[in-house]
Amino acid sequence: MATNPDETAESGGVFHLHDVSKTYHVGEVDIPALRSVSLDLYPREFVVLLGASGSGKSTLLNILGGLDRPTSGKVFYLDHDLTAASSAALTQFRREHVGFVFQFYNLIPSLTALENVALVTEIATKPLTPLEALTRVGLADRQHHFPSQLSGGEQQRVAIARAIAKRPDVLLCDEPTGALDYATGKLVLEALEDVNRELGTITVVITHNVAIAGMADRVIRIGSGRIIEITTNSTRMRPGDLSW
Amino acid sequence: MLLRDLWRLRGQVLAAAVVVACGIAALVAMYSTYYSLIRTRNSYYADYRFADVFAQLKRAPQSLVEEIQRIPGVAQVAVRAVRSVVLEVPGLAEPATARLISICERPERGLNALVVMRGRVPNPAADDEVLASDTFARANGLNPGDRVAAILNGRWQSLRLVGTALSPEYVYEVAPGGLFPDNRRFGVLWMNGDVLEPAFGLKGAFNDVSLALAPGANTADVVARLDRLLRVYGGLSAYTRSDQASDRFLTDELGEIQVMASAIPLLFLAVAVFLLYVILSRLVQMQRADIALLKAFGHSDLSVGTHYIGFAAATVASGLALGLPLGVYLGKVFVGVYRGYFHFPQLHWMMPASLPVALAFATFLAAALGALGAVRSAVALAPAEAMRPEAPARFRAGVIDRVGLVRCLAPAMRMLIRNVTRRPIKAVLSVFTISLAIALMVVGRFPVDAVNTLLRWQFDGVQRADVAAVFSEPRSASVLAETARLPGVVEVQGFRAVPAWIRALYRSKRVEIVSTTPHGELRRVIDQEFRRIDPHDDGIVLGQKLAQLLAVKAGDLITVDVLEGTRPSFQVRVTGIVDELLGLGAYMEHTTLSRRLMEADTVSGVYLRADPAQWEPLLAELKHIPAVAGVSSRGALLASIKETMDRSFITFSAILTLFAAAIVVGMVYNSMRVALSERGHELASLRVLGFTEREIAFILLGEQALVALAALPVGLLIGYAICALLVPLFDRENFRLPLTVSPQTLLVAGSAALASAAVCGMIVARRLKALDLIAVLKTRE
Repeated sequence: MATNPDETAESGGVFHLHDVSKTYHVGEVDIPALRSVSLDLYPREFVVLLGASGSGKSTLLNILGGLDRPTSGKVFYLDHDLTAASSAALTQFRREHVGFVFQFYNLIPSLTALENVALVTEIATKPLTPLEALTRVGLADRQHHFPSQLSGGEQQRVAIARAIAKRPDVLLCDEPTGALDYATGKLVLEALEDVNRELGTITVVITHNVAIAGMADRVIRIGSGRIIEITTNSTRMRPGDLSW
Repeated sequence: MLLRDLWRLRGQVLAAAVVVACGIAALVAMYSTYYSLIRTRNSYYADYRFADVFAQLKRAPQSLVEEIQRIPGVAQVAVRAVRSVVLEVPGLAEPATARLISICERPERGLNALVVMRGRVPNPAADDEVLASDTFARANGLNPGDRVAAILNGRWQSLRLVGTALSPEYVYEVAPGGLFPDNRRFGVLWMNGDVLEPAFGLKGAFNDVSLALAPGANTADVVARLDRLLRVYGGLSAYTRSDQASDRFLTDELGEIQVMASAIPLLFLAVAVFLLYVILSRLVQMQRADIALLKAFGHSDLSVGTHYIGFAAATVASGLALGLPLGVYLGKVFVGVYRGYFHFPQLHWMMPASLPVALAFATFLAAALGALGAVRSAVALAPAEAMRPEAPARFRAGVIDRVGLVRCLAPAMRMLIRNVTRRPIKAVLSVFTISLAIALMVVGRFPVDAVNTLLRWQFDGVQRADVAAVFSEPRSASVLAETARLPGVVEVQGFRAVPAWIRALYRSKRVEIVSTTPHGELRRVIDQEFRRIDPHDDGIVLGQKLAQLLAVKAGDLITVDVLEGTRPSFQVRVTGIVDELLGLGAYMEHTTLSRRLMEADTVSGVYLRADPAQWEPLLAELKHIPAVAGVSSRGALLASIKETMDRSFITFSAILTLFAAAIVVGMVYNSMRVALSERGHELASLRVLGFTEREIAFILLGEQALVALAALPVGLLIGYAICALLVPLFDRENFRLPLTVSPQTLLVAGSAALASAAVCGMIVARRLKALDLIAVLKTRE
């Protein structure tokens, strides 16, 4: 990966996005998903991305996670230029630095909770033990259950354990409570908050749910591919105090 | 919609179609070969009046013909003078052996009529003109006008080839007692009876009879009456077509093709049915929502079912479209191979017009069968139920987990094992199908292995003489000393061979009893394990097959009726049974046999070991000894057999191996594509989590590799078992196939199967690059 120490040193951020645009070509039509987005993400912060469907928040998350490349602009992770990285380098980047939590958990059905976590710790350099990761999300006693034997909330917490077990620098969560009921959703948010506080992992959560914005350090509103507003919360609410 | 589905699943459809095509091609090729051969044979035999009963004798007057004609059931009688002679052929170092047969003025008429292929028939007035068998002439590059030389009546005579011909008696042209043709060193020559009969001392007489029977004749009765008539003339027992060398080989071969033509295509069709079932089941799973929608809109179960049956029908139709022309092509190749073996005036490839129709019917039936299971689940779906996504795959701790085996494995390996063991029936079927393909490769090479073993047994163990020479009449043993003086001869071993009936109770068999020399090294009696079983004392050693036919065991007494000389009869004790691969052996110690024959020490021929440096002068001398009726050289015979084998067996086994590889490819490719479609989501998630393409390829392909590896030993074992089942089918009077599967065969079958699987793996692995990583974040599986 190419480096640009000057820019990252200047911003003080872990992620630095400069004038990033992304356009999808669908047939003969160009659909702009992101337009000139510039953004920095800082150590230990908890960020919530709010926006309507099709606003561009998922595209932003994909670019941050090294799953997609911008059409123009630059993306830096520390001093690594992700825009210039090869597909293999991006895989390596995801492997070492990024944890993903999906809306539909995406656990491997043929592996137990513990094994799902172990799958990731095996390929990580300084991971937590799988049991440690499960303990953090309160599921040590369910370690030998298969996904089909767990509730949705439990599955999502296993997914969080799997995402954090490698001690990622950034945890990217796409609608992590989207498929869950109120009570279970809160449990999952608590797990995410604990991880952010205790491990200092930068956490970016995409959601439709405005109430969740209360637990963030910063809330970024996206619309039509642009950042409309960034607000900073003076105090972060505990997930238990949120209601929707 | 049907076309769209077919196009979307084109890889899998193609794989299944190829398997169907292989089955169709195998069936069309083998059945059309069978049909071509049997049609050609039947019309050849009918048009050229191949005789029904044959007999050889020492000498009978022409006047006997009338008596033979009077036997009830006899329609036509033909008598001839027939004898083997040594032949000198230009350009051939070794002496050739010719069957010299007398002909009348119009040899294109009468029984066993000749088909003149080139040139003309000998002029009745000419005394040196011959017709040569077309096969022999071509093998030696002989043309009308060329000359060969033979010893007739004790002196060298130059014979002029005026034409070449074929006879229904020599469709398979082998020397008497031979197994494989050697068309350079054995041939048939036809010559005017007026010249030949006196030369053989048969003026106004004959030594060979052929009979055509009237419809409804009692064959056994005719044979018995003919034997009685010929007995006083040195008759050697009459026999029917089924014991006529050429016809027996042809009939045996036709039987083998028939077995293969039904067994092999069945296997392919079964695999195709299974593949269609797998593909369609997955298609139904993927199209649950579409099916629900169609049914919600009011489409009937029938129209939904028809769609999937149509899918299966389209798949087999493409298989049929591919397989038919391929089968026709291969059928022509096979018929071409048989042209080198079986000599008909014309052997054209033919196929019954009804075959494609019957095939189409059978394959569409198979397709419907394959589609049925999948279609049943499609039409059974309630619309509301089908609109919901399918429940996630359920996994529970299995036996392997409980045993604790899994604990020492990495998670990726655990996924692999659990995925395989979660659907044990599917896994077992996959393993079984691939193992059948491997078995097919083993079976395809079995004839090569078996014949190689047979040749090693025969030429390293039994027949160790460099040259064997047979005399036209038994000679005094003093000839051994003379032979030893021939150039380069290192060792001589004489033998006596007499035709005889062996009887045990009501069973009897006509064989040749051969004498052995104690500790003789040039011709030994050994069993399949190369152990010597020499006859000793006053007893006889029988080949196992002969013992079986006579239902005798060691220690039993048998009766021998000799068919030569004074025709003595005697009883002798069976002292040993030898498990031989060739012929119906009967062996007695040389001096014992002489005593039983009540003759002085005589020999029918000699086995020689010679100095290779003196090879040429030795062969030249042998050619010129008038008493010698035939010479065979071990090296030349072996080379000729190997050449024949390369031409035929290797072609068949290569085609079979290729077809079997198609099954492996079809099976593995399909399983991989289904696995990719079922687990693409899971694999994409892993890619998002930072797994490399190589790592997810291991997870996806590992499962198939596991199946292929499991199939390997199973397939080799099944292959071995099928060979063991085939061995009794090849348990013939003239040869038995030993149960041997060579390490090369195991290696070829194993590596061809694994290579085919690996190629599929590489093709499917390429698709892993195209996994949509972003979609995974958003969609439920």
